[in-house]
Amino acid sequence: IYFPTPLCVVVRVVLLYLSVFPLCHQTHSLQDFQRPAVSSKVFIQRDYSSGTICKFQTKFPSELESRLDKQQFEETIQTLNNLYAEAEKLGGSSYLEGCLACLTAYTVFLCMETHYEKVLKKIARYIRDQNEKIYAPRGLLLTDPIERGLRVVEITIFEDRNIGSAR
Amino acid sequence: MLRRACSALLPPWMRPWRWSPVWEPLMPHNDFSSSPAGRGRSPRRKWETFPGRNKFYCDGRIMMAKQTGVFYLTLVLILVTCGLFFTFDCWFLAEQLTPIIPVIGAVLFLFVIGTLLRTSFSDPGVLPRATPDEAADLERQIDVANGSTGYRPPPRTKEVVINGQTVKLKYCFTCKIFRPPRASHCSLCDNCVERFDHHCPWVGNCVGKRNYRFFYMFILSLSFLTVFIFAFVITHIILSNGSRFVVVCFFSVWSIVGLSGFHTYLISSNQTTNEDIKGSWSSKRSKDNYNPYSYGNIFTNCCAALCGPLPPRWLPSGPLYVCMLVATGFAQLDPRVEKKKKPAAFLLRSQYHTDQKEHLVSFCSFPVPFFRLKTHSHHLLIQFQILPSVLFKV
Repeated sequence: IYFPTPLCVVVRVVLLYLSVFPLCHQTHSLQDFQRPAVSSKVFIQRDYSSGTICKFQTKFPSELESRLDKQQFEETIQTLNNLYAEAEKLGGSSYLEGCLACLTAYTVFLCMETHYEKVLKKIARYIRDQNEKIYAPRGLLLTDPIERGLRVVEITIFEDRNIGSAR
Repeated sequence: MLRRACSALLPPWMRPWRWSPVWEPLMPHNDFSSSPAGRGRSPRRKWETFPGRNKFYCDGRIMMAKQTGVFYLTLVLILVTCGLFFTFDCWFLAEQLTPIIPVIGAVLFLFVIGTLLRTSFSDPGVLPRATPDEAADLERQIDVANGSTGYRPPPRTKEVVINGQTVKLKYCFTCKIFRPPRASHCSLCDNCVERFDHHCPWVGNCVGKRNYRFFYMFILSLSFLTVFIFAFVITHIILSNGSRFVVVCFFSVWSIVGLSGFHTYLISSNQTTNEDIKGSWSSKRSKDNYNPYSYGNIFTNCCAALCGPLPPRWLPSGPLYVCMLVATGFAQLDPRVEKKKKPAAFLLRSQYHTDQKEHLVSFCSFPVPFFRLKTHSHHLLIQFQILPSVLFKV
């Protein structure tokens, strides 16, 4: 299907406008992509000792010893574990949500978010805060585990020359 | 809330789309730098195929297995049977008995179709493949564990203790990850699926963590529907005293009812079909063998399986993502006609990641009305409809 040329131009302009508009408030993220070189990456694996619930190991990796306090790292991971436990919690409210969704043939999720999605947004905010306050000043970057399918927490270690540089 | 509902009415390529790594993620991340299971494809052609053998439609909102023929057969069988029932039997029964019968039949039919489509079209819980860095890190750890001799004795397993029971986690050579407990690799779809139950050709998809409840509701409602239709057709025959040709397959009633019963047992004991077939938690294996995932009572097991929180899908998608990339300067179009069958293939260079990997946009013409953006480093899979392709005729 090909539009006639003037309409094609109009369509392009409209679609570009629509595409740029939602990003207006996100232009600050452009600076984030002028990154220093990656030195290495550490992967915090899942802890399956309590079953299939989402829980990460709190063992402090040796590669981070020079950059980060053990206590801060454990606190971050423990908070993440608690947040994921809250997302996956089985209880009255999750059953109610499930039943309501089933009765409305899942159309209710066109209008509202699931409890899991709400908690995932909370986790994303928490990781962003942690990165800004603790990890970025030390030349580290926490990647949201959702981008790796909740399999690992990836911590990127950047080269030494960027420690302490203000962003 | 209203915006989201309204945007659902627009055609997908016109919907305003919000970029968020946790908003409606749809597809697993794919590691394109490693060849999928050594099928002998050259590195340049890797981008053509999704690492798993899945088909995507409507911006990636619909995800199905490669072979969908049997799914269409299921759909046709249900539609034809119900169509015949409503056409020939409902009028008679509504007059002779009560008009509620066709209403109940219609509700059951809609529920069956709804749950079938939901099962077939949802992501079953596909695990994203490991990124190259992750795979390398795992290899390093395995080397250290084996003494770095360079020879790695297969198979690679890791043992974990879950609720007192020792469970072996196997390493998936295709996805380059240690599979979580209860996950399994589907050879038909070529994906690791969480809480893998089975691959169902009748629904044209795997049944896993995210769509098991829909699958169960589908077979349960289908068994009610088949019994309902069968019973009322027999009633019609008896009441009308005529010799009518019964168009409902008697045996399908028993097989569907049997399958529902089997899955009811699985849900109440919190097992997957995979585990039951292998006898993973059977007491015949050893006296101490028990299911570590069971919550202890049938009610909690059922509630957890059917009404528990629904895990999200992984990747965002949307028709305007490439436009955004181009408009914001993250990507530049670099025309490079590569494929014989496709009208045009463009190479998108992204500055998004530090490793400066390239990703490709390929155009697929009819009968695949979308094109895919595959990235090596950012691990995104975006679906578009053919209409915005006019944007790229530079």
